[in-house]
This record gives sequence, C-alpha cells and structure tokens, in this order.
Amino acid sequence: MLGGYTFTDLGSIFVMQGFAGLILFSVFVLMALGLAIIFGQMGVINMAHGEFMILGAYVTYLTSTFFQAHLPGLFSIYFFVAIVLAFIASGIMGLIVEYVLIRHLYNRPLDTLLATWGLSLILQQAYRTIFGAREVGVELPQWMLGSWHATESIEIPINGMIIMALTILITIGVGFLMYKSRWGKNVRAVVQNRAIAGAVGIDTEKVDRYTFGIGCGIAGIAGAAFTMIGSTGPTSGQLYIVNAFLIVVFGGAQSLLGTIASAFTISQTQSTLEFFLSGSMAAVITLLAVVGLLMLRPQGLFTLKVRR
Amino acid sequence: MPNGTTFLTRSGWLNLAILAIFLLVVLPLVVDPFRLNLVGKYLTYAFVALGLVMCWGYGGILSLGQGCFFGLGGYCMAMYLKLEASSIENTKIQSTPGIPDFMDWNQITALPAFWVPFKSFPLTIIAILILPTILAFVIGAAMFKRRVGGVYFAIITQAISSILTILIVGQQGYTGGVNGITDLRTLNGWDIRSDHAHTILYFVCVILLIACLLLAQYVTCSKLGRILVAMREKEDRVRFSGYSVANFKIFIFCLAAVFAAIGGAMFTLQVGFMSPTFVGIVPSIEMVIYAAVGGRFSLFGAIYGTLLVNFAKTSFSESFPELWLFGLGALFIGVVMLFPNGLAGIYRSTLDPYVKRLLGSTPRPKSADPSVSQPAE
Repeated sequence: MLGGYTFTDLGSIFVMQGFAGLILFSVFVLMALGLAIIFGQMGVINMAHGEFMILGAYVTYLTSTFFQAHLPGLFSIYFFVAIVLAFIASGIMGLIVEYVLIRHLYNRPLDTLLATWGLSLILQQAYRTIFGAREVGVELPQWMLGSWHATESIEIPINGMIIMALTILITIGVGFLMYKSRWGKNVRAVVQNRAIAGAVGIDTEKVDRYTFGIGCGIAGIAGAAFTMIGSTGPTSGQLYIVNAFLIVVFGGAQSLLGTIASAFTISQTQSTLEFFLSGSMAAVITLLAVVGLLMLRPQGLFTLKVRR
Repeated sequence: MPNGTTFLTRSGWLNLAILAIFLLVVLPLVVDPFRLNLVGKYLTYAFVALGLVMCWGYGGILSLGQGCFFGLGGYCMAMYLKLEASSIENTKIQSTPGIPDFMDWNQITALPAFWVPFKSFPLTIIAILILPTILAFVIGAAMFKRRVGGVYFAIITQAISSILTILIVGQQGYTGGVNGITDLRTLNGWDIRSDHAHTILYFVCVILLIACLLLAQYVTCSKLGRILVAMREKEDRVRFSGYSVANFKIFIFCLAAVFAAIGGAMFTLQVGFMSPTFVGIVPSIEMVIYAAVGGRFSLFGAIYGTLLVNFAKTSFSESFPELWLFGLGALFIGVVMLFPNGLAGIYRSTLDPYVKRLLGSTPRPKSADPSVSQPAE
C-alpha cells in the first residue's frame, strides 16, 4: 500500500502521511462504528453523535485534571481509566436519551434527525455553560509523548499508536459482540426482521435501548481518543458529524466491515491529498468523490439484504 | 381542474389578505426602518421555508442543503453588486484596479472567468434562477432516479452544502473566503444602503414572497400537488399507476431550490453582504425548523413560523445570548414530539372551524387536506 518500503525521504513521507491518515481513520472508525450500529439497527439518524463524542472528550479532560490534582502517582495510567469512564458516561446518556426521546420517534427517521439536532444544540450550549467556550486540552503522561523511530527518517508518535491499538481492540470487541454473543444475535435478528424477531420472543425495545447506549458509549471512547489529537471545544463534534455520516452511508449502513473499509478509504484519500493540495481542497475533493460515488451506487460499498 | 381543489378557499383568500395587510401595511407603519429591514431579512428565509413546505411537507423529501441554494442565489447577486462596487475609479489604489478588493489582497491580477458573466444585470438574474435549478436537477436526477430518498437524501444534501461551504472558505481569492463578499454599495447606480432603499427593497421582497406563495399554492392545488401527496403517502402505488415518481420529485426539489435562491438574492440586497455562514449545515437545518414551526404542510404557516422563530432569536440573542441555543434545541424537540403540524396545525384545530363558520363556507373535503394523514416517513 505504501508503494515500496524504501528508506528514501519520499518513502518516509508516504509512511508518515499514511500514518497520519491512520490516526484520522481511527477516530472516524470509532465514531462511525457507533453511528453504524445505531443506524443499521434502528434506522435512527443520530445528529447528536458528535456531542456524545465530545462528552467522552470532556470526561477524559476531567479525569486527567482529577488525577493531576489528587492522584499524581497514577497519572501515567489515567487514560485507561478515562476510556472506561467516557464509555460509561456517554452510554448512560445514550440510554436516557433513547428512553426520553428516540423511543417515541421510531418509524419517523426524518423527525428523529431534527429532534437529535435539537438535542445536539442543547448539549453544545450545556458544554459551553459548564466548561466555557474556550477549547480545553489534556496533558499527556510522559511515556505517551515521545515517538518511535522506526528508521532514521521515519518517526511515529506513540499516542497515535495507542489510538490505533485502541481502535483495533474496540473494533474486534464490537465484531465479537455482534457476531459471537447472544446479544449480537438478537441485534442481528432485529435488523433483519423486526416483527419476526419480536414474535420469537426477543425484547426488541430492550435491544434497541442497549444498542443505542452502546453506540453512544463507543462515541464516548472516540472522544477519549480524540483528546490525544486535538483540543476539545463545545462545537468540535459538529466538525466530524458529516464525515461520520458519509462513512456510514458509503460503507453500506448495515455492514461493520463496510464501515471500516469506507472509513479507511476516506481518511487515507483525505490525508494523501492533503499532502499535495491545501487542506480545504483535499476535504472538498474527498467529499465530492464520496457523494459522486454514492450517486452511482446509493446502497454503499457493502450491502446486506434486509426485509423492510 | 377536475382532479384538483379550488385555488384558494374563502378562508384561504382571507388568510392571504391578512398576510398581505400585515406585511405591506401594518408592519411598515408600526416599526422603524431599521426593524423593517430586519423583518425583510427574516422574510428572505421565508422563501426557503416555502420551498421546504413544498418538498418536505408535500413531497416528503427532506433536504438539509437548502442553505446551499440560498447561498448560490445570494452569491450570484453579491458578485454582481461587488463588481459594480469595484469600478476602476473606486479601486484605483489597488495594484490591479477594477477587480474586487479581496482578489487584490490574494494576489489575483485578472478577473476569473466565472466572474465575467456577473458584469451584466440580466445575466445575473438568469444565473440566480438557473444555477440552483441546474444543481438541484443534477442532485435530484442522480438520487431520485435511483430511488434514493428519506434519510439518505438528507445526508447527501447536507454533505453537499458542507462541500460548498468548505469550497467557499478555502478559495479565498475567488470567493472572499470566510468573510464573504462585503462592502456592497449600489444596484445599477442606486444606493442600496439608505433607509429609503431598504424600505423599497422590503416591499419588493414581500411582493416576491407573495408571488412565490401563490405559485406554490397553485402547484399544491393542481393535479401535480395531489400526486405529490399521494407519492408521499404510498410511493409504490403511484409508481404502479404509471407515474414517473422521480420526475415529480425532481420538479419539486428544483422549485424549492429556486425559491431558496430568490430568497438568497433578496437577502444580499437587503443586508448588503453574503458570507458562507448562510450556506453551511447549521443554517440549512435551522431553515427546516422555520418550516416545521409554521407547520410543514402550510404555506402560510411557513411565513409566520419564519417570522416568529427569527423574532424570538433576535430578542433572545440581544438579552440572553446563552439561552438561545437551549431555546432553539427545545424548539426542535418540541415541534417534533408535541406539534408535528406546527402553528398551522394548532390553528386548524382551534380557530379554523370558527372562521369557516363565520365565512359560511362548507369545510373542505377531508381528502383535499394534506395534513389529515400523518407523513409516511
């Protein structure tokens, strides 16, 4: 994929640029995984997904300041605690939102879209009131700051590798949950045929609620990962939401593999183009290509036959 | 029209008269010119809301990219006005006189080719009407012919308006970047910044809005409007009856786009600048709420809804800026959960029966009322 693993400068640039794309890919995958599960399962468009991600980022920020102030000895491992807390916080928030809001709007996807957009506005303003309009950044422990010198000219930042490892772990975890566990079997049954799944005794409402919760929880983890590559502000989530949706749609809404493949394609295209063009033109060309491809192949890259 | 309903019922004419008197007589008499200009600005959003009622309420197609067409119309007008403002005499201190100032700042030495048609006023007017139609046609043809609709369409249109914003912001030398096209002064030598001009432009805006309203009303009560409602309710059945569903959808989407573009052009004229903040996702979705608050099936409701939401926005932002987003968010959720038919729905269930009795007209047959059944989505 890298066009010959040479030790020339060009090769190094390709490797590092490719790796930068992979970090973007990690955040995209984590965000899109949650969206894909929710959209694939319930047909719900969650416009507030970016805000769930930012909730995870703020939880990470709070955890890091807490560890700094009270447990400086354990500061080096705060990130792992933060991941768990971010998952729990966003997940619980997701459960509440599903119970209060989404549950009443099934079968009205366009209305869900508007309602969750309203929710995202409220959350943004809540973050602004609580944490202030300024962006906050976390302090990384010493061991995460350095970079690994693969060769003389190739440097790979350690926090990037941690994000990647985390993404792979979460992806495998989600894959396992969806395809190997009993709960995953229930979810897939509901996706394929809701009425019959209910008829054979699956509590579809419960499956829906927990799916939404887990999807939001994964967004929280995405937020924790996000703190490592950027600073967190009340509206940071909104910047990613369009890309995340395009990834889900482009990948084929019911396919986890498709989501990963399309996240990879989009992030690599964008970061490779960024090297040759300005950042905004790279984004424009990538998005245009995706929209163009979606017009030619609206069902996305990978599709699953679903009875509607 | 054997298959349609009457153009406007008696209460419809009454509503029209009330709206016209309110906008053309009451408001200009009551509010000062500054506020009137503000109302004029709100009314430009009402063009978008009208289009959304047509394509979302009647057609069942939710576009989250109307800001893109609003922006196209606005930018076309802004380019014409900017070229007029950048005459050789006005810009002689620049290194290249005769081109807009932001181009000069970005080391561009000649007017880009796509700016040239905007030297002529008729061509600009044509561009305002044609460009959005072409864009909407391309998007619509690509999507509807392949039977893509619902949320997919919403996401794609959202992505398109996001692309346009990034493009405008990124190509600073050609588009004015994030500041937009500012410092517009005259339209064919007529100063558009004076109070007098603002008042005249307000009346032009209202008259255009009412014209668009009547056109939209004509479409909804024609056979075409009936097919749209039928399509929204049971698309397959309309298709099996031999209608080309995609063509109707493309038509209504193009119509909505043109409305939005006219609104955009009027916006530029009244406010005196155009910037990418009116193109992106956030304004596009906000425009949907105008239509939703007014009632997604009601053309009149769209106008009142736009005025109400914007009035609330301005007064909240002046006194409690931090509360506005909470309010707007709650409005989105409330309209969807509690009042899916918006103001018009409340009006229909409370006041309308009395008005109808007063006018002595028989209630319209149920089937003609688009709001009777819930939307299929």
